[in-house]
Amino acid sequence: MKYPRVFNLLLALLGVFALAIAGCGNDDDDSSTTQTGTSFRVAVVAPSASNDLAFTQSIVDAVRKLEASNHIDEVSITDGTFVVEDAGAAIRGYAEEGYDLVVAHGSQYGGPLQEIAPDFPETSFIWGTAVDTFGLPNVYSYSVRSDLGGYVNGVVAAQLTESNIIGVIGPVEVGDAKLYVDGFEAGAQAQNPDVDVKIVYTGSFSDVAAAAEAAQSHISLGADVLTGSAQMVVGATGVAQENGVLWFGTQANQTPLGEDIVVASQVYRWEGILADAVDRVKAGELGGETFIMTFAGGGIDIQFNDNFDLPQEVRGSAQATIDGLIDGSITTGQ
Amino acid sequence: MSEFFTVAILTATLTSGIRQAVPYLLAALGEAVSQRAGVLNLGVEGVMLIGAFSAYYATLETKSAAIGLLMGLLAGMFMGLIYAFITVVMHAEQGISGIGIYLFGLGFTDLLFQKQVGTPRPIQGLKTKPMNWLAEDTGRVGELLFSHTILTYVAFLLVPAVYWLVTRTTFGLNVRAVGENPHAADTLGVSVNGVRAAAIVFGNTMAGLAGAVLVLDIVQNFQQNLTAGRGFIAIALVYFGAWRPLRVMAGALLFGIVSSTVLTLQALDVISGSVTSIANMAPAVLTVIVLVVVSRRIGQPAALTKPFTRDA
Repeated sequence: MKYPRVFNLLLALLGVFALAIAGCGNDDDDSSTTQTGTSFRVAVVAPSASNDLAFTQSIVDAVRKLEASNHIDEVSITDGTFVVEDAGAAIRGYAEEGYDLVVAHGSQYGGPLQEIAPDFPETSFIWGTAVDTFGLPNVYSYSVRSDLGGYVNGVVAAQLTESNIIGVIGPVEVGDAKLYVDGFEAGAQAQNPDVDVKIVYTGSFSDVAAAAEAAQSHISLGADVLTGSAQMVVGATGVAQENGVLWFGTQANQTPLGEDIVVASQVYRWEGILADAVDRVKAGELGGETFIMTFAGGGIDIQFNDNFDLPQEVRGSAQATIDGLIDGSITTGQ
Repeated sequence: MSEFFTVAILTATLTSGIRQAVPYLLAALGEAVSQRAGVLNLGVEGVMLIGAFSAYYATLETKSAAIGLLMGLLAGMFMGLIYAFITVVMHAEQGISGIGIYLFGLGFTDLLFQKQVGTPRPIQGLKTKPMNWLAEDTGRVGELLFSHTILTYVAFLLVPAVYWLVTRTTFGLNVRAVGENPHAADTLGVSVNGVRAAAIVFGNTMAGLAGAVLVLDIVQNFQQNLTAGRGFIAIALVYFGAWRPLRVMAGALLFGIVSSTVLTLQALDVISGSVTSIANMAPAVLTVIVLVVVSRRIGQPAALTKPFTRDA
């Protein structure tokens, strides 16, 4: 029997092939512009799928808009890098290829970025959600006041619940997810102190089934309105749809996940801060700044589901809350 | 904390635990049979992903969850044939082969999802509750026992079926024989490779079914890496259950109920903050502890992971 050894080799090659697919995610190189001395190239490394209707999609949509407006010339995207080491390899790869700005879209990518950025002093890196640039001159960071949109969603949710029980499904108690959850709870209780906001963190950004079970758990405890953050919420929205429970989204417009039940979504609009960073890099400033998105700067926005029959006074209260958050007459406690 | 011990909340928690146990149970039952025949498959997770995507995509396209279920089963069966060819025919090292299957499943389903579906799109799952009419008149106990979907009952009915298959049939006797002493079985005229291939195909079909259940019964959607490690936990539950179907079921139920208890305790604000992170690890930690205890008492199939060649 000679062929097993040969077959083991073939198997190893299969493993390498699979690793290439799994590790690199979807390398969507949309380089319609040839590299020239003047073209500005941006690369994005993000943890989940480009069209996850959540965290990754928000940044992909933003760079696409900048590309469409000719603010940047070329975009390359590596998504699906939920393994941090894979993300580190992708970030380093883009830096070696000479991209002008490398976007590391995940608070978990700080470790590898801190190691990689000093090796490429001519390349600018931007990462988030985070507020730390590690004191490096070629690193920007960005974050979002997701508590603001969470607060508005909470105000609206508290007016729609009939059971006075609202369920929240978070991934891990960090970053913009925690800010959103805390803001949502503050908004709901500011609107109606009798509302009981029940919060569950599943411990994972990607465990869709755990999110579904968390939603089921909330519903069995009486919740008639749910919300949640991160890409794993697709599991929870399925359960909400099945039980006719209302849903509030964040990060991207989640109406396609349930046109009958999604009331509103907080939408991240990273294009403003990215455009700012691109302009600075073009001017020779490669880092050292932290950008924070708020309602005031147009970095976040509340999008309502037009198919959902939301009472006009409730919608008006949402706008009044946004105005209050902008002028400072309302605070989220964060 | 006292709120947790009300009948309503305990019932809801146990019901959730039973539901969460189903994918683990199905995958672990199949893997137990495969391991009893001497073949370890670390690729259960990858096969679950392929079964899940097949079920999701077929349901999305045909609007029929039954067809989705069938496609999940067939995808698992097909992966079983591939794994049988790799390990039984070509005698490849089982541990590495399994990891290859896992990585292939992870990458391939992500690629297919991106190219064929794109944005997550909800599907209508298989949510038929055949015993629900009994739940309506039998209070909380009835809710606990009779409010489940058809796939849950199928999963638990497979426990005695697999027990009967392994302990009461000629095929089961052969499975155990080739897993303990394949050369002796071969001497007695048993087709070692044939029995092992059949056990692998059965195991992978169950893994495909487990993936389909995740999609059709729990999530009703698909997302990259949907299984989130459940296939690996299922393998641990095989050791936890000492390769016996009833004990595997006990392990799956324990894992599911601990997971649901953690969720309920969080929702009731009994645990919060940093304790939440520790609590979320509880099911895995519990499994490891029991594994350590159990593995000292019960040995694994003697020929597990050992390829069979007649001239060896």
